[in-house]
Amino acid sequence: MTPQTPIIVKISDDALARAAGADALAAAFAKKGHEVHRVSSWGMHWLEPLVEIDGKGYGPVTPDDVGAILDHALAPAGEEPADPDKPGIGERLLSALHLGHSAPSADTPEGERIWGEEIAAHPFIAGQVRLTFARAGKTRPLSLEDYAANEGWQGLTRARQIGPDAIVEEVLHSGLRGRGGAGFPAGIKWKTVLAIPGAKKYIVCNADEGDSGTFADRMAMEGDPFQLIEGMAIAGEAVGADQGYIYVRSEYPDAIAKLNAALALCADIIAPFKCEVRVGAGAYVCGEETSLLNSLEGRRPEVRAKPPLPAIHGLFGRPTVVNNVLTLMAVPHILAEGGAAGYQGHGLGRSKGTMPIQLAGNIKHGGLYEIGFGVTLRELVYDIGGGTYSGRPVKAVQVGGPLGAYIHPDQFDIKFDYEEYTAADALIGHGGLTVFDDTTDMLEMARFAMEFCSVESCGKCTPCRIGSVRGVEVLERIRNGGRKRDAFELMPQIHNAPRNAGRDQGDEIGLLTDLCETMKFGSLCALGGFTPYPVMSALRWWPEDFTREPGAVEAALDKVEG
Amino acid sequence: MMTKQERIGEIVARHLGREGPLLPILHEVQHEFGCVDAEAEAAIALALNLSRADVHGVVSFYHDFLPSPDPRPVVQICRAEACKARGVERLITDATVAAGERVKIATVYCLGLCSAGPAARIGDTMHVRLDEGSIVKLVEAV
Repeated sequence: MTPQTPIIVKISDDALARAAGADALAAAFAKKGHEVHRVSSWGMHWLEPLVEIDGKGYGPVTPDDVGAILDHALAPAGEEPADPDKPGIGERLLSALHLGHSAPSADTPEGERIWGEEIAAHPFIAGQVRLTFARAGKTRPLSLEDYAANEGWQGLTRARQIGPDAIVEEVLHSGLRGRGGAGFPAGIKWKTVLAIPGAKKYIVCNADEGDSGTFADRMAMEGDPFQLIEGMAIAGEAVGADQGYIYVRSEYPDAIAKLNAALALCADIIAPFKCEVRVGAGAYVCGEETSLLNSLEGRRPEVRAKPPLPAIHGLFGRPTVVNNVLTLMAVPHILAEGGAAGYQGHGLGRSKGTMPIQLAGNIKHGGLYEIGFGVTLRELVYDIGGGTYSGRPVKAVQVGGPLGAYIHPDQFDIKFDYEEYTAADALIGHGGLTVFDDTTDMLEMARFAMEFCSVESCGKCTPCRIGSVRGVEVLERIRNGGRKRDAFELMPQIHNAPRNAGRDQGDEIGLLTDLCETMKFGSLCALGGFTPYPVMSALRWWPEDFTREPGAVEAALDKVEG
Repeated sequence: MMTKQERIGEIVARHLGREGPLLPILHEVQHEFGCVDAEAEAAIALALNLSRADVHGVVSFYHDFLPSPDPRPVVQICRAEACKARGVERLITDATVAAGERVKIATVYCLGLCSAGPAARIGDTMHVRLDEGSIVKLVEAV
């Protein structure tokens, strides 16, 4: 074999790519003497591990494909050999007939592999507006050189020139709203902290991304840690804070390692701003900002009552900016020359800019899709996501993590926008979409929502702590057809117990809607307050999964809404 | 050979200068001893001038800190919505049978690999796109 000229091979070192086998692949290319660059992930997760050579992509592939990839990549244009694993249509039909290959294999759905195609021109990438994830797939996460060569530090440099008031003004002008879920304007939060006198203020990055179906924070931290740090340094510059904390969940070991390494590398650049990573310990509720602050302080991380707002009385009682990873990641772009106006030009209504949307669950093309607000769910699920991975019809899409509503295909024209989702009794949350096919039992999903709340409740307020446990019980009784009076209740001594046959399914559903009302309006934070969203949306749109009694669900809903 | 008390004292001393030192201390104690037990809680409380109840309140809140060490290797399987949508519940029985008494199967809610589930974590290594066969292999090999 003739010695080949060494070429640059790009393979992601994102946790998902690594879990799919990227490390072995990188080692195989390195063994052949090629230079392997471990870059961030493009976010096309169904193609991971994805190999990129000279802009052309090959994925998903295994170390066995290395030879064929090199043959293809090094061949003169127009003479590339075909994908050895992709037989022509005729052969595919034959093999399906002879071998009974009807279902696509788990790893490589038939026809979904790419072989030597231009990655940047792939419809999944070409349709996106990547501002926050501008460098995704292109740079090495821990290379200061790559970062600086791709517009890195421009936002911070300019922020230092224009000063605090102008920074806050630009963030306000950009229309950036908190990407953690609540959608509160970031500029107003910063303005509040800036206005409060105080020698010590903090920037806290909420990187406790616990919602199922979301992974943009993880990808951002692993793929472009300097951008997050730059965003925090700008926030520090804006409000007069010199200390930052990044609170990362312990389920993200790769992100923790990358952030620590990145902070060590760029300490001089961000100085006098200092930043430190703190690791959570497996509590979902720590993603709630006041709980997170208690956790950082070393207290039992129960939620705090608001007011006082963290902006005024935050970490260690000091004025504190608490922002989500994606919010802070959007800042360097906004602060770069002309960034605010450009950012503001994307989006819809009061939802300005772009949202990194995460396509997850039972979806064919899962991954990260950043686009301006206003895209419909139908486009996201079918046109971009390609429908379900299992090939079955879509039954429901949960938007916004475990506290988000289940959305019925009849509602798929809903546009991605904070206000439109609120009007539909749903939420955008952190922008995660989890797709379910028609084998899903919505009563079970509603029960799980309550169970999750009961496991993760901090215990401070009663509606959440006890309501979630009762919610699980009520839903189990709905499944079992209601509840008979027990022997104890029927004893003559129990005078005030009703002597009827007990509660039927309809009564139990009434109880559930009542409980959800209490939790929604009586809970201290979003955990108890939003758990009713998945439960009630499941009940409203899939009543047939709950009861066969006609009209039982409508009657219960009329009562609360009446 | 240092006693446990001395070792904990050393860990605490290393973090004492930081703001909010308790959580990093607990992580290190959990890492070193495989648990944060009553003895450790008392030692940490003494060193930080907190009450034992304060420390216990923090330790018992988190899923990551164990009251006693578990010598078994752990396979964490994500059973949150996205992995459920991709069929993780079908794998649990097989995984539990393969684990037997030797391996601990733990539930985790979300590893952030939601587009390629079912996902599992062993130590700091992640695994995706699991099915009935691969999860059993994973559990048997741990």
